[in-house]
Amino acid sequence: MTDATAVLRHTPLHASHLALGARMVPYAGYEMPVQYSSIIDEHRTVRSAVGLFDLSHMGELHLSGPEALAFARYAVVSDPGLLEPGQAQYSMLCAADGGIIDDLIVYRVEDGYLIVCNAANHAAVLAQLESLSAHGDFDVHLADRSDETALIAPQGPRAAELLGRLTDVDLTTLGNYRSIQGRVAGTECLVARTGYTGEDGFELFCAARRAPRLWDALMSTGQDLGLQPCGLGSRDTLRLEAGMPLYGNELDRSVNPYEANLGRVVKLEKGEFVGRGALAAVQQTGPQRRLVGLVMRDEAIARHGYPVLVDGAEAGQVTSGTLSPTLGERIAMAYLPAADAALGGAVEVLVRERPHPAEQVKLPFYRRPKPDAA
Amino acid sequence: MSTTPPDDRRYSREHEWVRLEGSVAVIGITSFAADELGDIVYVELPEIGARLAQFASFGVVESVKAVSDLFAPVSGDVAEVNGDLRGSPELLNTDPFGGGWIAKVTLADQAEMDKLLDAAAYVELTAG
Repeated sequence: MTDATAVLRHTPLHASHLALGARMVPYAGYEMPVQYSSIIDEHRTVRSAVGLFDLSHMGELHLSGPEALAFARYAVVSDPGLLEPGQAQYSMLCAADGGIIDDLIVYRVEDGYLIVCNAANHAAVLAQLESLSAHGDFDVHLADRSDETALIAPQGPRAAELLGRLTDVDLTTLGNYRSIQGRVAGTECLVARTGYTGEDGFELFCAARRAPRLWDALMSTGQDLGLQPCGLGSRDTLRLEAGMPLYGNELDRSVNPYEANLGRVVKLEKGEFVGRGALAAVQQTGPQRRLVGLVMRDEAIARHGYPVLVDGAEAGQVTSGTLSPTLGERIAMAYLPAADAALGGAVEVLVRERPHPAEQVKLPFYRRPKPDAA
Repeated sequence: MSTTPPDDRRYSREHEWVRLEGSVAVIGITSFAADELGDIVYVELPEIGARLAQFASFGVVESVKAVSDLFAPVSGDVAEVNGDLRGSPELLNTDPFGGGWIAKVTLADQAEMDKLLDAAAYVELTAG
């Protein structure tokens, strides 16, 4: 139920969404577009052409100062010390018990590190970083730049062609998980080759007040490439097909990285960091439960929260599920006891109190085609 | 995509419609409901012979994002269901008042139709 007294925040592109006829919904305290035309159409546009997302609700936290790197290495579970200039890495902020506070991306930028976190966890991430920097006596400056930063993401196989028309940044040398400062349609941006769709794509960070102009330039230039604006609905189906976790579904404070197939992100060997002790113990013994991919073997769709049965007994829960627009299959992710996680393993999902058969499959469900050799 | 609700049927506040063919009631959902749901990807049809009770849930329609209950606009026994919806659930989006009919029910009580809205009243309900 909506709290009628809560005021929702708007991104700098709010008027653009309304002008495009977007259906707006509350999300993490913001009014956000869930779809403009149809979730399935928008999803397919990202897979085949290029879709444009407004992600300005996300948090951008900037670290600078003499101990910015040391602080970053202490706060997150990955090792930002491995980042080359302009490189980025997927990471997590964990609590001392190893539970995930947020999943995020750390970008090494010219004057320090940029941490981009989920809108819903913005306050928790900021609080954790502020607490760590104060208690740890790090010589680091932490700036919350979220309110003055917009984030526009063109995603899809034609995203590079679209961006190439509007920027003098050499995109052929900008590899995956790399970023560089540059101008796009005359607007100063951090141009990052990152995304949450499983396609090639970019995330453009610019000053909030310049966002409408940048958005309009991308929208009009992209018309002949088949560009469509895309909302949170398709963002969710795209990431699920790509096997990417969503905080609040696959990840939360009770989940540790090893349970969520994210053990490779944790760099225990880098030295002391928050959660190291607890995570080392999990890594030693193995996690108690494991995140698995499921494909339903009949016409039922598995949804978040539905029970998963192994040998007729309730053993786990679905974290996310949908009908995959690209594959036409009913896909889901679920946690199962580690002993029951096995590729090909048969399980049942309870849908409205009736069991429906499903099979454990390898993640991701979808991988984008490799580019043709030149 | 919204179509004007046809005059030849009655409507429930839960956005279902019912059209009488003699003593058989054809039921479905309105274009308003279909538009609200977005892309419909699955319909859980009732069993033949199932007894529906007016305003009680009798099935489910699923969009990409969500699961929604279907509420029977009238009581009766299910005589037929629209098998086309199994392979093409999107018929509920493209033709909710025609080819997207959901089930045919032998009407238990004609008087129940009085509890439903006519097209004009339904239009008013959805305009608000």
